[in-house]
Amino acid sequence: MITLIKRPTPSKGWSYATPVVAVLATMVAGGLLFAALGKNPVEAIRVIFWDPLFGANAAYFRSQLLVKAAPLILIASGLAVGFRAGIWNIGAEGQYIIGAICGAAVALSVYPAESAWLFPAMVIAGALGGLLWGMIPALLKTLFGTSEILVSLMLVYVAQNLLAYVAFGPLKNPQGYGFPGSRNLQQYPSAHNPELIAGTGAHWGVMAAIVAVIALYILMHRHIAGFRIRVAGEAPRAARFAGVVPARLVVFCLGLSGALAGLAGLFEVSGPSGQITDSFNAGYGFTAIIVAFLGRLHPLGILLAGLLMALTYIGGDMAQLILQLPAAAIQVFQGMLLFFLLGFDVLTNYRIRIGGARA
Amino acid sequence: MTGNMLLEIAGLTKAYPGVVANDGVGFSVGPGEVHALLGENGAGKSTLVKMIYGLVKPDSGTMHLMGAPYTPAEPRAARASGVAMVFQHFSLFEALNVAENVALGMENPPPMGQLSARIREISAAYGLPLDPARLVGDLSAGERQRVEIIRCLLQDPKLLIMDEPTSVLTPQEVDILFNTLRKLSAEGTAILYISHKLEEIRSLCDRATILRGGKVVATCTPREKSARELAELMVGGEFTATDRAGRTLGHTIFEVKGLDLPPMSQFGPALKQVSLQLRAGEVLGIGGVAGNGQEELLATLSGERVSASGTVLLHGQDIATLGPNERRRLGLQAAPEERLGHAAVPDMSLTENTLLTGTVRRPLTRKGFLDMKAAKLFAEEIIRVFDVRTPGPHVAARALSGGNLQKYVIGREVLQYPEVLIVNQPTWGVDAAAAAAIRQALLDLAGKGAAVIVISQDLDELMEIADQFCALNEGRLSAPRPTEGLSIDEIGLMLGGAHGMQEVAV
Repeated sequence: MITLIKRPTPSKGWSYATPVVAVLATMVAGGLLFAALGKNPVEAIRVIFWDPLFGANAAYFRSQLLVKAAPLILIASGLAVGFRAGIWNIGAEGQYIIGAICGAAVALSVYPAESAWLFPAMVIAGALGGLLWGMIPALLKTLFGTSEILVSLMLVYVAQNLLAYVAFGPLKNPQGYGFPGSRNLQQYPSAHNPELIAGTGAHWGVMAAIVAVIALYILMHRHIAGFRIRVAGEAPRAARFAGVVPARLVVFCLGLSGALAGLAGLFEVSGPSGQITDSFNAGYGFTAIIVAFLGRLHPLGILLAGLLMALTYIGGDMAQLILQLPAAAIQVFQGMLLFFLLGFDVLTNYRIRIGGARA
Repeated sequence: MTGNMLLEIAGLTKAYPGVVANDGVGFSVGPGEVHALLGENGAGKSTLVKMIYGLVKPDSGTMHLMGAPYTPAEPRAARASGVAMVFQHFSLFEALNVAENVALGMENPPPMGQLSARIREISAAYGLPLDPARLVGDLSAGERQRVEIIRCLLQDPKLLIMDEPTSVLTPQEVDILFNTLRKLSAEGTAILYISHKLEEIRSLCDRATILRGGKVVATCTPREKSARELAELMVGGEFTATDRAGRTLGHTIFEVKGLDLPPMSQFGPALKQVSLQLRAGEVLGIGGVAGNGQEELLATLSGERVSASGTVLLHGQDIATLGPNERRRLGLQAAPEERLGHAAVPDMSLTENTLLTGTVRRPLTRKGFLDMKAAKLFAEEIIRVFDVRTPGPHVAARALSGGNLQKYVIGREVLQYPEVLIVNQPTWGVDAAAAAAIRQALLDLAGKGAAVIVISQDLDELMEIADQFCALNEGRLSAPRPTEGLSIDEIGLMLGGAHGMQEVAV
């Protein structure tokens, strides 16, 4: 008989240990999964976690690490603020798409004019696009009491259809020989988001992610506004007592996370991806939710979790290539991470006692 | 062992990590006896009755019911043996009617029509008028308690346990309840009556067992003791009365005019034309049974809810549309009733909890950035001045006992030296010594020229510290009366008597 006993104070140690334990448990359970698929589990885990960093061709993969981690960290930083406040933006993927479309549209509308102001204008447009897309669930929630979870999620699919529409329609490359997709911004110097330090993969989005992590730390742990956001998540009535206006908080959190997701989309479309296509989005907006929780909604945690998830992306691709693992197995593997994290989270608030159940 | 006792308890011990809640407790209750369990909060009364009702298993000791060993594994077993309990906090569904609520608590409920007839029959027989078809959400606290009592009486219990039953009742409703209990006792039902209200126990109970620190310190016949003697047995020392001397009333600084507000929840009361005036140095007591608009009033005065402009004035300035922090800046502080989740964040430390209300009047932030060192110092000051028993300011609020957290919450507001302080149920669930300290702190604050509003269900408390008394009933505030010379009967009538329900001849 296993009994859970509530701890008087949440365990600090466990709250830091659970992400590590969850990663280890994921490796074990994932290994069993890969073994069941007839692959050598040790090799599969090595391909996913070790080879991208230290194996052959590691130099290339290491730069990919930052490229993939940057949007995850940027989006997760914004989401973490809302999640702390108990405001659940599940639609970062949609805000990411809209940010990319808005930023790209600014560049393509003035093509081929060159100006130093173009890239900053695109950044603003990208952030604004994501922000406005995030305002839709925010306003519906504050005005009509709708669930921001459902509305933001459904708007992802609206955004995906918009993306397909602009990729085949207004933003289609007129010189693209009929292929869907926009002009490649990598070939448009003023609009290009280049690699800033050769060989690292670090583009402006990586810089923005680092700034976002630092800003998140200052806001949530050093400023009274962040304190009130945390109170709102833990005890809504106490937050009102502390002077928080719930409607304003909803608008702030969805606006901020929307803007950061939009920024991530803009940096992606103007950099690594280069063009708007109907398959532009790669699920960063959803994976960022896992990153935010895996990182304990804490800035440093999000930084590490973003790098870890990026690693599983790259390693997962390699495992598909080298070991012919199905893509779904890799997604299950990533999903396990969140599952184990939430499962082990119980230990932060509860102790386990095995044996005689005594009241 | 004498065979004619209904319930006999010997050597009952229950320890929790860090505290022995009951230490070798023994007492007995005869058939038809009204037996009081008297003690401060934390003395072990609740643990003791939970063991009798099968909610908690004792570590050691024996219980006998009608001569037979009695070891209830769960409340259902206790009920089957003839032990029923009315809890302090009701477990009723507001959206269901009386009969449906009663049926939910029964093992094999009869058909609704039959049950309604039984409810009518019992409520008439025991002078507890109750309509089985009414929605519980529309009932007063006193009526809700009747639902719980009737639910117990339907099981025909031999022992009825009542945990602080009068805390939610008006004086007239208390009279009705006592008549019911006396009738039950005359029919042979024993009653185990838990309370810390001494006068009630003296008027109702045949015998009293007094607990202190988990041990039985005395068994006595309460009628033969004075309230003061009982209090000293309970507290284990001399009782110090609060000192309300040395205050001079200034001019009016706080005013509420014709305040109307819709209800906050489906079954909550609306505030109707509430008006009051407060002078510097004055303590205004607002009495009334919980659920009559206390929470709504506090939320409106603290700024959590805004009201029509011109309805709340501080120093003549209209503050009705300002939020809590703007009101704090102007000198108005508040302490809500619900300590965990409203006045304090359960999982945050005492240091962090100072930031909830303290950043406006205390330099706990610099340009919006937190000064955790200052917050810690403030938390330590509260802990020291208000004698909060805790290992330190790093402890989470939820780890504190109710009384200690209440001292912390009141201390946090008082030490910001507000000009107007509004507190709701400041000593609810707080032991006598801590309650006295809190009352004295409120009086001292008024002595320094602040105006204090105390919203409380404890009429003795209001008589002790308030200069003026108002009653809040169904969202209406009565005209104030000076507390000097006000009798309990008059107060009862101000509180709405027995909510329009006349006692049925028994």
